[in-house]
Amino acid sequence: MSAAEEVVTEAPAVEAVPKRAMTLGYGTSLVVLAALILTPLFVKNFVIFQMTMLLIYALAVLALNILTGGSGQFSLGQSAFYAIGAYVTAILMEHFNVNYALTLPVAGVVCFGAGFLFGQPALRLSGIYLALATFALALAMPQLLKLGFLEHWTGGVQGLVVTKPDAPFGLPLSQDMWLYYFTLAVSIGIYVASVNLLRSRSGRALMSIRDNEIAASAMGVNVALYKTLAFGVSAGITGIAGGLGAIAVQFVAPDGYTITLAISLFVGMVVGGVGWLPGSIVGSAFIIFVPNIAEGISKGLSGAVFGVLLFLVIYLVPHGARQVALIAQQLAAKLKKN
Amino acid sequence: MELFANQVLAGIATGAIYACMALAVVMIYQAIDHLNFAQGEMAMFSTFMSWQMMQWGVPYWGAFILTVILSFAGGILIERLLFKPLAKAPVLTNVAGFIALFAIVNSVAGLIWDFTIKQYPTPFGSSPFLGSQLISTHQAGMVGVTLLLLAGLYFFFQFTRIGLAMRAAASLPESARLVGINTSWMIALGWGMASAIGAIAGMLIAPVVFLEPNMMGGVLIYGFASAVLGGLSSPLGAVIGGFLVGVFENLAGTYIPGVGNELKLPIALALIITVLVVKPAGLFGRPIVKRV
Repeated sequence: MSAAEEVVTEAPAVEAVPKRAMTLGYGTSLVVLAALILTPLFVKNFVIFQMTMLLIYALAVLALNILTGGSGQFSLGQSAFYAIGAYVTAILMEHFNVNYALTLPVAGVVCFGAGFLFGQPALRLSGIYLALATFALALAMPQLLKLGFLEHWTGGVQGLVVTKPDAPFGLPLSQDMWLYYFTLAVSIGIYVASVNLLRSRSGRALMSIRDNEIAASAMGVNVALYKTLAFGVSAGITGIAGGLGAIAVQFVAPDGYTITLAISLFVGMVVGGVGWLPGSIVGSAFIIFVPNIAEGISKGLSGAVFGVLLFLVIYLVPHGARQVALIAQQLAAKLKKN
Repeated sequence: MELFANQVLAGIATGAIYACMALAVVMIYQAIDHLNFAQGEMAMFSTFMSWQMMQWGVPYWGAFILTVILSFAGGILIERLLFKPLAKAPVLTNVAGFIALFAIVNSVAGLIWDFTIKQYPTPFGSSPFLGSQLISTHQAGMVGVTLLLLAGLYFFFQFTRIGLAMRAAASLPESARLVGINTSWMIALGWGMASAIGAIAGMLIAPVVFLEPNMMGGVLIYGFASAVLGGLSSPLGAVIGGFLVGVFENLAGTYIPGVGNELKLPIALALIITVLVVKPAGLFGRPIVKRV
């Protein structure tokens, strides 16, 4: 047991990142972290807002990555959990005057519950059927949020306006910048927790289910429990991302959480590399910035340009950013040798 | 009782739309084992092509036949160019490919024909059918065409060599290849047929939902629901599933209090999930048996 644990935990730390590894080396992590901390000091408020959204979507993509890359289950319905998280945060803040930071754990727990429950029927489904069922969930969510008897809480079609928090303790930071650093702190916490989760006994159980369900159950892994747990954890993280998103955008409305969002998150995961957690931020950058770039190339054809770029990514680097990182690493190793 | 009968009739009329779409969904699923999320957009594009031909003065049936042929060729072309290289790629990559195709087709159609809603003619007329206010001659015609299509497909798969080859390629690709079937082209053929059926569905649906680039969004979901309900491996099941979903949707709207138009979609989705949980293979599908 302990020997196996050592092999798994030590592998990424030793020289090259092996194919299966889900993390970055320490050096690279530090560089990325430094860039994320320092950049906001030099850019305009709007760019800071975009970077906040980048982190938020990266969290949501990460959550999907744990579900798909970790346990091998599909989901095209992440927008539903994102919406639940956003609404929990908005309702707590606006109707109950709860502090914004405290609403996030609540959003996480509520979504964990929702995901865990949804994971129950999902247990019997796999592959394309699961994709379809989650797709259905994402489609139904905006309609459910518009329901008449929930209108008192959800604000119906109009949605709710959320007030943006000020920096605490009189820190000399603008609202945008404070929110960015707050989001960054939450994201780092969740990223580290996710990495540890996947390296733990539970993480190995998840991956064994992904690789061979029958063998996993023969080894004594409780397949049903771990699959639903994966759904729960993924939904919980998505919910926290949703809550952060509600605070950053200062507004929640049913039509902000349509199937388009779920599809974007899915695309983000594929582009970032399935099962490679650091890729989440690359995927998130793709879904935030590429539509803008596409619009810049051609206004009327932005959808087509987006589609073509996505096709290019699938053809050239089917494993997404992970493949790019791997190639870069091999190149660097070659240069070092010479 | 009369209310009930009327609602069932109206349900069958809407169900015909779903049945058409479900048939196209099942066709492609048979060929490639994937649900094509861009199916609705492909059908929409075909419908626009036929509309354009009619604008140029081609008579309805001429445009109809030309469109079916063009869609068939287009489906094959898409498979050869875009999805053949992805044949060995994981499911995730394929789904991403469908999403990309969806975005491209939708945006190109929007650019060529813009997003205004257009009228689309019907060859069956729209007077009441046999004196009933609930079902028009167009809807009756739609039911008729769907059934004809189903009969044609049944005949094709049961009694022609190429239909047999397609079934073989779908169920056991390895063995099919050993007896000399070109499985790769069978898949392309499946794409072509799905695309052609989608075009027919689109041209029948357009008079009801009107022609615009986003016309298929809702319809495709119901098509998926119907196909799943009937079983993804059975064309007959898909058609029956389509009618059942249509009838169920109407009855739920009438008899369950508080279910208005907004809740129709969630109800259809709840139906998908219930069926998947209770009977994953659908009403008429073969259960998937896995070899350990």
